[in-house]
Amino acid sequence: MSQLEIKDLHISIGDKPIVKGLTLTVRRGEVHALMGPNGTGKSTLAKAIAGHPSYTITSGEVLLDGRSILAMHPDERARAGIFLAFQYPSEIPGVSIANFLRAAVQARLGEGEELDATAYYKRLYSKMDLLQIDRKFTSRSVNDGFSGGEKKRCEILQMAMLEPAFALMDETDSGLDIDALRIVADGVNALRSTNLGVLMITHYQRLLGYIVPDHVHVMWDGRIVKSGDKSLALELEAKGYDWVKNELVPA
Amino acid sequence: MSVTTPDSVVGSFTAEVFDAHLASVAHLPAWWLDRKREAWARFCALPLPKRTDEAWRFATLTGLKLDGYALPAPVTAAGLGHTPIGIAKAGRLVFANNRLVASDPVAAALAERGVIFETLQNALRKHGDLVKSHLLAQPATLGAEKFSALHTALLDDGAFIFLPKGVEIADPLAVFHYAAGAGAAVFPHTLVIAEQDTRATIVDFFRSADAGAHFACGRNDLYASHGAQLTYVAAQTWSRETLSFQSNSTVARRDARVLSLNLHLGGRQSRHESHSQLQAPGAHSEMLALTVAHGAQEFDQRTRQIHQAPHTSSNLLYKNALLGRSKTIFSGLIVVDPDAQKTDAYQSNRNLMLSDDAEANSLPGLEIQANDVRCSHGATSSRIDPEQEFYLQARGIAKDAADELLTFGFFEEVLSKLGHEPLHDALRDLVKAKFQAQPAAAAPSPA
Repeated sequence: MSQLEIKDLHISIGDKPIVKGLTLTVRRGEVHALMGPNGTGKSTLAKAIAGHPSYTITSGEVLLDGRSILAMHPDERARAGIFLAFQYPSEIPGVSIANFLRAAVQARLGEGEELDATAYYKRLYSKMDLLQIDRKFTSRSVNDGFSGGEKKRCEILQMAMLEPAFALMDETDSGLDIDALRIVADGVNALRSTNLGVLMITHYQRLLGYIVPDHVHVMWDGRIVKSGDKSLALELEAKGYDWVKNELVPA
Repeated sequence: MSVTTPDSVVGSFTAEVFDAHLASVAHLPAWWLDRKREAWARFCALPLPKRTDEAWRFATLTGLKLDGYALPAPVTAAGLGHTPIGIAKAGRLVFANNRLVASDPVAAALAERGVIFETLQNALRKHGDLVKSHLLAQPATLGAEKFSALHTALLDDGAFIFLPKGVEIADPLAVFHYAAGAGAAVFPHTLVIAEQDTRATIVDFFRSADAGAHFACGRNDLYASHGAQLTYVAAQTWSRETLSFQSNSTVARRDARVLSLNLHLGGRQSRHESHSQLQAPGAHSEMLALTVAHGAQEFDQRTRQIHQAPHTSSNLLYKNALLGRSKTIFSGLIVVDPDAQKTDAYQSNRNLMLSDDAEANSLPGLEIQANDVRCSHGATSSRIDPEQEFYLQARGIAKDAADELLTFGFFEEVLSKLGHEPLHDALRDLVKAKFQAQPAAAAPSPA
């Protein structure tokens, strides 16, 4: 079984340690929720695994099917099966969604292999139908002037097209009203399968009402301090982060 | 045989060259010959640009010497290696070494309605007054007066386009200007007179037939009458050794709308001057330019948006992408005359720095003499945004391919204003070809 293993990972921004020894294994087919207050290192973890150059992994390992990805460039990690759904997706004026996705799909083909444009559009449109996205969407520039909800749907569409083995979903619920949240959650649920492992990073429990996780982890100050099943999210919701601070964090 | 020193103000363009030229065009009317003689005197009298000339600030003056060029021998169309651009055209003129070598006239129906699409020399015979009143009739005052004078003195032939009242032409009229042979000096010219309520697209292609060191010294005149809608595109792909000067003049009369887009890709050192005169209420000029500079190329662009009447508008957007050790200069001025109230003018120069060794200079300016106007300008130089780059990489796109996508995205804002898909695609293909042809050390991706 294919898995993403994070082993005693330490991550710094500049000289400042942010993630301080985090261990977690996500198998394909599983949905893990990683919860915690702001500033605890959740987004740092996701971006560092994706290879963002601003984050330095000072020790530990990230293994994809037993193979370290830490020496790989971000694009190599993506082609190996890692997908980061951004909390704040970049706006790319002048690059249409269709061309952008085409470049991403082309990048996954072998040397000298040409993309079959007809098959590409057929697949793109079927994914858009699945996610109930209007076809006019593809001619718009990537995220340029999009609402918060549109940006997140665009992320889900990319995920659907690129069919990653593991998706790191960074605060996918942030900035969404309840209708947008439901649409995005429906999209993620439509993509849930035994082929996809998900690490869903969230500050709030509300997203977990729509995307029910198999495992829940609570993060505090760069470490996981408690793991459990979906009931842990409800307990956290009821008791608040003070409970974590006062009872779960070792003195 | 004349001998010139390297610092000669006339370089290769000696009195003997001018006299021989005059003898070859003795059939021209007296007014044109007089203009040539006056221009020749002006060319000889004016010094080469100096370090202290504000109009040449940042320019590499040592690159402007006029030695080593000659009025070239005629060539035939067959020797040009002419490549089609793959778009439907309403008509086509191909000039090489200052003479017409091939043409496709406009459709008979258009000709019957009075559309004229032919050489200046032919137009002169049938429509002498039109040529006389519009040819080089507007002032060129952005610094290259010496070279403009040389153009006037040695101009042999060019394109003449006349659109009578109410005519609309959907497909572009294309004019190709070739330089062929080492040292060839060419003086391309396109003159467009658009009468009331006309609509047309005119495209100038400036090309070299070989990799020789050419000298191009061109001008154009665009005259848009009441309600005319003109789109003018120039695609400059001179050889990498070419020294080029181009001075464009646009006049927009009441409610006329002129969109000009200059694509600068070729040349060793290229100076481009663009004057837009908004002469009556409702006139609008959209001034666009895209430049891809690589190696040691230098592109020097000087512009003037001249608002001479109330309720006129202009919008300038010049974008440069710089690679290698290239250099760009943008110097733009919005001029608002005292009675040009309610002017709405904008000027923007954006530089995308794709190399740490490239140099982008920007000199935006305003000269406003009316008190109820909206004018602003802005200039930025930036690198590829690392967050955008990471976003594309996080989708599996390699860094070089990501940078190329972002660069094309940067250009798209300009190209999308054309509103003509085949032309848009043709220009984008030219940019792509330039990226693929750049010096190996700086190639963005394996071709």
